[in-house]
Amino acid sequence: MFTDLITLRETEPEDIRLLLDTAQSFKEILDRSVKKVPTLRGRQVVTLFYEASTRTRVSFENAAKIMSADTTSVAAATSSVQKGESLLDTVRNLRAMRIDCLVMRHPQSGSAHLVAQALDIPVVNAGDGMHEHPTQALLDMLTIRQHKGKLEALTVAIVGDIMHSRVARSNLWGLTKMGAKVRFVGPATLLPRDVQRLPVEVYTDLRRGLEGADVVMALRLQQERMERGLLPSLREYSQRWGINARALEVTKPDCIVMHPGPMNRGVEIADDVADGGRSVILEQVTNGVAVRMAVLYHLLGGEAAA
Amino acid sequence: MRTIFRRAHVCDPSQGVDKVADVVVDEGKVLAIVEDSTPYDVGGCEVIDCSGLVLTPGLIDLHVHLREPGYEYKEDVQSGTEAAVVGGFSAVCCMPNTDPPLDEPAVIRGLLKRAEAVGLARVYPIAAITKGLQPEGLAEMAALKEAGAVAVTDDAYPLQLAEVLRRGMEYAAQLGLTVMTHCEDKSLTRDACMNEGLTATIMGLRGMPPVAEEIQVARNCLMSLYTGCRLHILHVSTAGAVRIIRWAKEMGAPVTAETCPHYFALTDEACLGYNTNAKMNPPLRTQADCDAIIQGLLDGTIDAIATDHAPHASHEKAQEFALAPFGIVGLETAFALSYTELVSTGRMSLSQLVDKMSCQPAKVLALPGGTLAPGSPADIALFDLRRKWTVRASEFRSKSRNTPFEGWELQGKPVLTMVGGRVLYREGM
Repeated sequence: MFTDLITLRETEPEDIRLLLDTAQSFKEILDRSVKKVPTLRGRQVVTLFYEASTRTRVSFENAAKIMSADTTSVAAATSSVQKGESLLDTVRNLRAMRIDCLVMRHPQSGSAHLVAQALDIPVVNAGDGMHEHPTQALLDMLTIRQHKGKLEALTVAIVGDIMHSRVARSNLWGLTKMGAKVRFVGPATLLPRDVQRLPVEVYTDLRRGLEGADVVMALRLQQERMERGLLPSLREYSQRWGINARALEVTKPDCIVMHPGPMNRGVEIADDVADGGRSVILEQVTNGVAVRMAVLYHLLGGEAAA
Repeated sequence: MRTIFRRAHVCDPSQGVDKVADVVVDEGKVLAIVEDSTPYDVGGCEVIDCSGLVLTPGLIDLHVHLREPGYEYKEDVQSGTEAAVVGGFSAVCCMPNTDPPLDEPAVIRGLLKRAEAVGLARVYPIAAITKGLQPEGLAEMAALKEAGAVAVTDDAYPLQLAEVLRRGMEYAAQLGLTVMTHCEDKSLTRDACMNEGLTATIMGLRGMPPVAEEIQVARNCLMSLYTGCRLHILHVSTAGAVRIIRWAKEMGAPVTAETCPHYFALTDEACLGYNTNAKMNPPLRTQADCDAIIQGLLDGTIDAIATDHAPHASHEKAQEFALAPFGIVGLETAFALSYTELVSTGRMSLSQLVDKMSCQPAKVLALPGGTLAPGSPADIALFDLRRKWTVRASEFRSKSRNTPFEGWELQGKPVLTMVGGRVLYREGM
């Protein structure tokens, strides 16, 4: 059993299955009028966010609170980081306050790994640079499984800025471990070097990439990519790689559409698709809370406390 | 005082010597290599029994960061040259990216004075090619040479403008100074922190493409051909760079090149787990690059093995991978790594290795040493090649511990280093 959740690349398939099953069973709690169980009473969870985030931070905090853990939220913008304190010194100080679990988001790849090596408490990676975002992939997988009844043998096309996407990387490892086929689709300038050597099919042509897909996952296009000369214009991007009703014609008829958010409507995803019948985007958000409850539950020894 | 090294396996590629013999040293110079040193054994001379040991000209490192002045918390002349003699090096060439940089005659003189006072390995300063290591504006190379600089370089601050390189090479050539270059097109390596490829893609890190190095290797070789200036390519890391240097040499360009042990002993997979002790620039590449580097060493395309000894304090490396500084220490592991990877695997002869680590470096910058010819300085290293040892950074003489080789078992250990007839390091004998 895992002691931190840093990367799905290094998480065993049986642990992924356990987390998904647990999340599925916890989801029912979210529909109660009183959303509170005593499972993690007395435990202290700190969310340390070096990047702005609404949904991930609130999702983790709600997950902890539903299970009666106490939460503290630290935003790097208002912390000692501004005085030049190193990441390791910051987290060692938090640990010295006897916290039980650290959830962290950081702009540098590998930061969660660094912290997990230094601390003797569970560390959850809530997104590290371009590396991984394991709970996002877990909630994506839970959502897919709810709609398709399985993950095995499904074709999942992940479209957009693959190079900079931690969501794409975590989904790649998680989905392939559970037997799904993954495709990366995007312009050549947004595909990382040697990506074809990963267990993935790679397409620069959207139509070919979406052909027969069971799931289409659009990624957020970051506008600053254009400044670095990676794309000629948003217009050309949305015409060639934007997910709209026409692009979805080549997918399976029951194909679902996902997006990790926040969305640039009209760029990577058309309005009518984002709000349409195939969209499961808001379900992803709900499932996020259940998945994070499951992660905290297993990392904080919820079984003993329950 | 006279010293006799008795019954050593003497390996001196500069003279084609590779046999058991006695080496006699007197008044700081090599007096003779003889079968029987009895006639030389005057009263009071020190006799060192070298049975089973290999004796070579002292190793010469073309590429070392002593960090003094300015960064003495990482390393200084004392600790750096101590690490050198422990590694079998009798001389080191130190790079100019200090604070202040080695771009003023007074700084060069100050450094040499420090090295003399410390009195360990010989220190040869390499001066900055541009004033303040800035992108433009040549340093006063004539004055720097007069002060003791043996070459000029842009190390760590690769010249991006071909025109500055051209003028620098033209100016250096008239003074007989070699220009050493770190080859990196910075427009291709912005924010990058390791090799571009599968490993960086998995780790979500920005990679430096091999072509960023190769573009500048090609450009700099062409400029050497055009200006006639001697060019030394620092720390070659890619297969493509080896091919380009081979071609440049065939074209008659006055080009030499070095690599470092880590470029044939490690691939970029050493960075997995965000191991900042494997973060360096140029970055660790792929197995195909390692193989090409070894081939380049064997066929003479790469002239020398240097260390690029780059000490950093522990707290600097204990950071997020992209934020940690580039570089590893190398003086105390270079010989054993090279011996273990190249000679004990049968890929290279001992004589070839000594040539790459002593004779050729001396030739590249026309430095004293690199030979045991009678009359040459008594700069000598003695190795126990049977000795297996485990790398323990905590035991380094260097002030810094940033090595990716912690825990590696290596073969071949320097047991004695002599500089100018003085034994400055001796261990276990």
